[in-house]
Amino acid sequence: MRDAFLAALTSLAEKDKDVVLLTGDLGYGVFEEFESRFPGQYFNVGVAEQNMTGVASGLSLEGKKVVTYSIGNFPTLRCLEQIRNDACYHDANITIVASGGGFSYGSLGMSHHATEDLAILRALPNISVVAPCTANEAGEAITAMIQRGGVAYLRLDKTVAQDKDFASSFAICKARRYKEGSDITLIATGGILDDVNIAAVELEKLGIDARVLGMHSIKPIDIDEIIDAVTNTGGIVTIEEHNKDGGLGSAVSEVCMDFGVMPKKFLRIGLENMYSSIVGSQQYLRSRYHMDSVAIIDRVKEILKT
Amino acid sequence: MINIKESKRLSNDIRKHAVTMTSLGGSSHIGSILSIADILAVLYGSILKYKSDNPKWVGRDRFILSKGHAGAGVYAVLAESGFISTDKLKTHYQDGSDLSGHVSHKGIPGVEFSTGSLGHGLPVATGMALAAKINKNKHRVVVLMSDGECDEGSNWEAILFAAHHKLNNLVAIIDRNRLQSIHSTEDTLSLEPFPDKWKSFGWEVVEVDGHNHEEIFNACSNINTPQNKPLCVIANTTKGKNVSFMENNVLWHYRSPQGDEYKAAMLELEKNNA
Repeated sequence: MRDAFLAALTSLAEKDKDVVLLTGDLGYGVFEEFESRFPGQYFNVGVAEQNMTGVASGLSLEGKKVVTYSIGNFPTLRCLEQIRNDACYHDANITIVASGGGFSYGSLGMSHHATEDLAILRALPNISVVAPCTANEAGEAITAMIQRGGVAYLRLDKTVAQDKDFASSFAICKARRYKEGSDITLIATGGILDDVNIAAVELEKLGIDARVLGMHSIKPIDIDEIIDAVTNTGGIVTIEEHNKDGGLGSAVSEVCMDFGVMPKKFLRIGLENMYSSIVGSQQYLRSRYHMDSVAIIDRVKEILKT
Repeated sequence: MINIKESKRLSNDIRKHAVTMTSLGGSSHIGSILSIADILAVLYGSILKYKSDNPKWVGRDRFILSKGHAGAGVYAVLAESGFISTDKLKTHYQDGSDLSGHVSHKGIPGVEFSTGSLGHGLPVATGMALAAKINKNKHRVVVLMSDGECDEGSNWEAILFAAHHKLNNLVAIIDRNRLQSIHSTEDTLSLEPFPDKWKSFGWEVVEVDGHNHEEIFNACSNINTPQNKPLCVIANTTKGKNVSFMENNVLWHYRSPQGDEYKAAMLELEKNNA
C-alpha cells in the first residue's frame, strides 16, 4: 500500500512543484529517491509531529499542497490540536498520511497500534478520512486528495485486499462492491477487506450470499450504498481493524438512524473497547481479537441464525 | 523610519480600544493586551508591509499573534490601520460577534492566522517562512509570542527547525512580561537564562525595552542581523502597561475593567493623548 502511495505521490510531485512532502523522521529506505529528485519538495522535519503539522499549515496557507507522513498514531493523535486548529479551521491543503493502520505494527506494541484514529479524526469538521482497502486504492486516494484539496487523513495498512477492476474510477465517498449478494452486506474499511473477501467466498459455499462493500471513505461516507444495503440485503455487518467506538460501524449506524432505515440484522466487528498488550503479526492479532476471516464467518452465521 | 509621536499615539489608541472592548464584552486578558500595545503599534505603524485595501496582497509581511488571548489588541490595531471599522470593535466577545476572545481570521480581513491554544503560532509562522524561501519571496514573517507560552514544547520543535533551515526571514518577538497565568514565569517554569536558550538553539537574539518604540523598531528592522539565522526579539515589557493599577498585577489577566475601574483606566490613557 505504501509503495502505491509513494508511486502516486511521485507522479503528483513531478507535475506540480507545489506538492511538498514532510516526514516526521520515518521512511528510511522509502523516501530517498523522492528526496533526491524533488529538492524543495521534501523535508524531514525530525521527530516533531506538532511542528510538522504547524509547518504544513503555514506552507499550505502559502499555496503548497502538503503531505505529512509518519507511522501509527504519530501524525494524528500526537498533533491532534494542530490538525484541528491549524489545518481544519484554516481550510488548509494537507493530507495526513499514517503508515500502519490498525495492527500493521502489531509486534511493536500498544503505542504502535492505531486503533482509534478513524474515530478521532472523523470527529473533526472539515476533514476527509480514508482507509484504502487495496494497494491501488492507496495511490488513487492520495491523487484524489491532492487534486481535491482540503484536509484529509489517509490511513495505510500493511496488508491489502486484492485489487479488482471497476467500471467507475476511484472517488472519495464512493464505496466499491467487491461482490454482489443479498443475504447480508459485509462492509469493511482498510486492508482487512482481504479477510472479508475470503469469508464471503467461504460463506457462499455454505449457502450464504453476501454482498461485500469496500468502504474506503469513512468521512464523507457513501450514504447511498448503506441505504441500498439496508433495503436490498438481509442486514449489515461492519468489519474494521479499529476500536468499535466511533469507527466504521458507528458511522454506518449513524447513517441508518439519520435516514430512518433499519437493517434487518446489524453487527459491528472490531476491537472491543480495549488496548492490546498482546503483540503479534497483523494476522495473528486479527484472529486473536475475532475479526479475521474465520471469526467473520462464524459471526455472520450466528447473526443470520437468530 | 519611525515617527515616534505617531507610533505612541497609535499604541495609546490600541490601549483605549482594548480597555473599552474588554469592558463592553466583560472579557479577560486586558493586562496581556496592554503589554503588547507598543509592539503592535511599531509593527503596524512602521515595520510591516501591508495594504489594508488588499489584505491578501502577496507581497505583504505575514504577522501572527501566537498569544491569541491578546486578540483584542490585534483587532484594535487592524481597525486603526484601516482593515476593519472601529465601530465593529464594540461587538468584541459578545453574542453573535466574529471578534472572538482569542484572535480568529474568519470574517476579519488582516488576521493572518487564528490562535488561542498556545504554542501554535511559531510552527505555522515557520512554515510560512519556509514557503517564502522555497518560492524566493522577499516578505518577512513576524510572530508575536508570550513568554509563558514558551513552556509549550511545540515552540522548541519550531525553534530547532527554523534555525536548521536558516530562516532569516522569520522574526519571533517575545512579550517578556514575566507574568503568566498564576505566578511569575520564573516561579512557574523558569525560562532564564532565556536569551541564552534561544541563542544556543541557533537564533540571533536582541533584547529591547518592549515599550520603547525606537528600540522595538531598530530590532525589528533587522539591522545587523546575520543572514543565516532567524531573529528573536525579547521585548521586556510590563503586563498592564500604562494603567497604573493593572501594571504587574496578575489579577488583570482575568478581570474585566468595569465601572470606576474602567473610568480610571481610560482617564489615565486619555492623559497620554493630551
